[in-house]
Amino acid sequence: MEFTIPLLILAIPLFMFLLLGLAGMKMSHKLAGVLGCLGMGTVLVLSYYTAFTYYFSGNPEFISAEGVRLQSVIFNVDWLAFTPNLVIRLGFLLDPISAMMLIVIPTISFMVHLYSMGYMKGEKGFQRYYAFLSLFSFSMLGLVVATNIFQMYIFWELVGASSYLLIGFFYTLPSAVSASKKAFIVTRFADLGFLVGILILSFYTQTFDFITMTSQPGAVFASTAGATFMGCSVLTWAMVLIFMGGMGKSAMMPLHIWLPDAMEGPTPVSALIHAATMVVAGVYLVARMFPVYLQVPTSLDIVLVVGAITALYAAIVACAQIDIKRVLAFSTISQIAFMMVSLGVARPEIHECLGYMASMFHLFTHAMFKALLFLGAGALIHAVHSNNYTAMGGLRKYMPITHITFLIGCLAIAGIPPFAGFFSKDEILSAVYAYSPFWGVWMTAVAGLTAFYMFRLYYLIFWWNNPDYHHRPHDGEMAMSLPLIILATISVVAGFIPFGKFVTWRGHEYIIEMNWVVASVSVIVAVVAILIARALYIRENDMPKRMADSCRWLWTAANRRFYWDEIYLFITHKIIFNGICRPIAWFDRHIIDGTMDGFAYITNQASYAIRNFQSGKIQQYVLAYLIGALLLAIVTVCCVL
Amino acid sequence: MESVGSIIIYVVVALSIILFSVLTVTTRKILRSATYLLFTLFATAVIYFKLDYEFLGAVQIAVYAGGIVVLFVFSILLTSKPGDNSRSLTSRKRITGLLAALATLVVAGGALISRCSMAFSSLPAMDNPDMKELGSTLMGAGQGQFLLPFEAISVLLLACIIGGVVVARKR
Amino acid sequence: MDLTLIYYLVPSMIMFCCGVYGFITRHNMIAMLISLELMLNAVDINFVVFNRYLYPHALEGMFFTLFAIAIAAAETAVAIAIIINVFRAAKNIDVADLTKMKN
Repeated sequence: MEFTIPLLILAIPLFMFLLLGLAGMKMSHKLAGVLGCLGMGTVLVLSYYTAFTYYFSGNPEFISAEGVRLQSVIFNVDWLAFTPNLVIRLGFLLDPISAMMLIVIPTISFMVHLYSMGYMKGEKGFQRYYAFLSLFSFSMLGLVVATNIFQMYIFWELVGASSYLLIGFFYTLPSAVSASKKAFIVTRFADLGFLVGILILSFYTQTFDFITMTSQPGAVFASTAGATFMGCSVLTWAMVLIFMGGMGKSAMMPLHIWLPDAMEGPTPVSALIHAATMVVAGVYLVARMFPVYLQVPTSLDIVLVVGAITALYAAIVACAQIDIKRVLAFSTISQIAFMMVSLGVARPEIHECLGYMASMFHLFTHAMFKALLFLGAGALIHAVHSNNYTAMGGLRKYMPITHITFLIGCLAIAGIPPFAGFFSKDEILSAVYAYSPFWGVWMTAVAGLTAFYMFRLYYLIFWWNNPDYHHRPHDGEMAMSLPLIILATISVVAGFIPFGKFVTWRGHEYIIEMNWVVASVSVIVAVVAILIARALYIRENDMPKRMADSCRWLWTAANRRFYWDEIYLFITHKIIFNGICRPIAWFDRHIIDGTMDGFAYITNQASYAIRNFQSGKIQQYVLAYLIGALLLAIVTVCCVL
Repeated sequence: MESVGSIIIYVVVALSIILFSVLTVTTRKILRSATYLLFTLFATAVIYFKLDYEFLGAVQIAVYAGGIVVLFVFSILLTSKPGDNSRSLTSRKRITGLLAALATLVVAGGALISRCSMAFSSLPAMDNPDMKELGSTLMGAGQGQFLLPFEAISVLLLACIIGGVVVARKR
Repeated sequence: MDLTLIYYLVPSMIMFCCGVYGFITRHNMIAMLISLELMLNAVDINFVVFNRYLYPHALEGMFFTLFAIAIAAAETAVAIAIIINVFRAAKNIDVADLTKMKN
């Protein structure tokens, strides 16, 4: 394949970022928006072309004679060559998962670009917003097509930076500023682990390259053989540390605390970055490194346990949130945890790594319906001017398009056939059951909770009561409704994509077989959960309140997200700040600064003492000259003559 | 052995040099200071005459007494009103000046005393250099002749003329 | 009584010391210049006297004095030009009061 089109996929968003960032303030809002959309639309077309070429062309570059999909490097340029061994390259890797991401990212990004034309209309800094969106799209695309782990790290940090910029977009709000700082610091902390992991791994394997590492994971394992650290093999450490980076980006416990706060950003940004694309980077990372993870099953078990606990935790917390964006944020955390669990249970011996395929499938469908839900929430917020469901109710009559599309999103995430979520979630549950029935039951329960809290939200927004609205809420304009309709359509049909044909471990084709027992159990659980939610919330009553009162502590704890933020505050403020930072600050201020100040003081005093020599008074100079001349004369008289 | 007249002239000249030098630097009227300088320079000229350097004495009177002092007087009249007294000295400044002068005196006197034999050499006989010899020494390029310094001085004087014009010109 | 070398050197030494004293104590720039002339003159006397007493058949000392007079004249002319310029700018030629060279 020619490298022009892949290069353009990366170059156009970068160019748009530079153009809108540098010249945007000179443009009208409309022009900037249209330019942004056009740029993204072009990328969309090019990415679709690239992905479809990869999947369907039958080119021997991409698919072997036996029907195995190959990893293909389109281009790979040396960017920084430190030593012959240490070369950092930038390139473009096409393989099943990156081609899939090439569909997901531009689709969502384009929808968000379009949607923002309506949603952000008239906001101050509209052009800046589009510049940041372009920067994000560039970084995310660069991340998924990375040919080596260091390129991935570079773009990983870039998406972090653009996420920071976009969360803090309303930088006059203190809450937005602190949320953006929180997101940046927490993910930076996680990325520290990622970086250390990269360094350990590449120290032993002598390479950054994904293909080299993943095509012979045994060699990676062999290169570190024998090296251990604190009772675990070095490879385990490296993989766990790399997973830590993924935990930070994908908001796994205990590094999830930034994601709910990140909802301070504009809602389309939440849809793009904090629901559909950036937060799945952690999943993508684990999937990318999956063959290496397979070498150390311990690390996969850690992925599984972290994912399962996070899924349950986030699902419980989501049941007790008031802010609809927070509910969606926790549901995002929970759904990403599903993907992590799915990767954690993937083993070659279980249906050719069914979990791997299921995880990617769920990533794909989740991106679509979660973006749909967020954009729908954005439409609701736009209409009601509040983030809280307490300000909403009975909206089905006022906003039919939003209502229908939101319902489709809810059905999809709840896993009701024939919507997209059902198929992907069913694959995940099958994989988990095949690995361990315990975690299977656990995840089924989480799936039931998911259905419950989504429909609790749905009923509270669209049914419940019928408050008096100051302004009659209505559907958003065309730019906002169109993406909802498109995404809803995708959410309906995406489940029927024969995903096993396209994305599997090692590229072998895998025919999805319905596990009817698991499927029917999960559907029954979901339906029951929906019915409970319907019974509780279809019209205004005091039953939910009484239930909450009956176990008040649980409700409060869930509402306060089980006090994770407080724990962090305690650790950082009380222990780290008081115990470590303040003594260091004292030392810095008094000992180090004191020494330097002392030097400055001495120099100062010395200069004051000698500045009188340079008085500008000629007679003083003459006197000094005379003294010198007389001394010379004395010396001459006494010694020389 | 000198004649009595010569000694009397010497005494008068030496005393006037000492007296007028001291007065030059101690008087508080600047114009008087210039006048005393003039007397000192005349006394110096007399010394030159007495030592048989008539040409030098003439130059001393013409250039120094006639030229430089007139310049001083002009500039004094331009820059200060008649009857102005200079500021009275602070005692600190006077003491500094006295100490400096005294130190110079001590060092120079010490040097003089340490060379006693030379200091008491008497006046040898000398042929009075005639104008022709002076001229050839000044303009000659041979050994012990001063064409090069002469030319250098002439260039310096030219530079001074230009510099003086440039500096003093009204802007 | 024989007029030896020292009879001429002592007055010139005193003249030189007066010049030093004057240069250090006077405020007026012209007075300082006058003191400078005194010192120069004292040195001139020394040149001539040494020439006359120690090397009567040479003329170096005398010519040195001649050149020194010429240079003194030039130097005085330039210095007075500067002083008058300063006076024009500052209405004052007191070295202690002249603290600003640029305006």
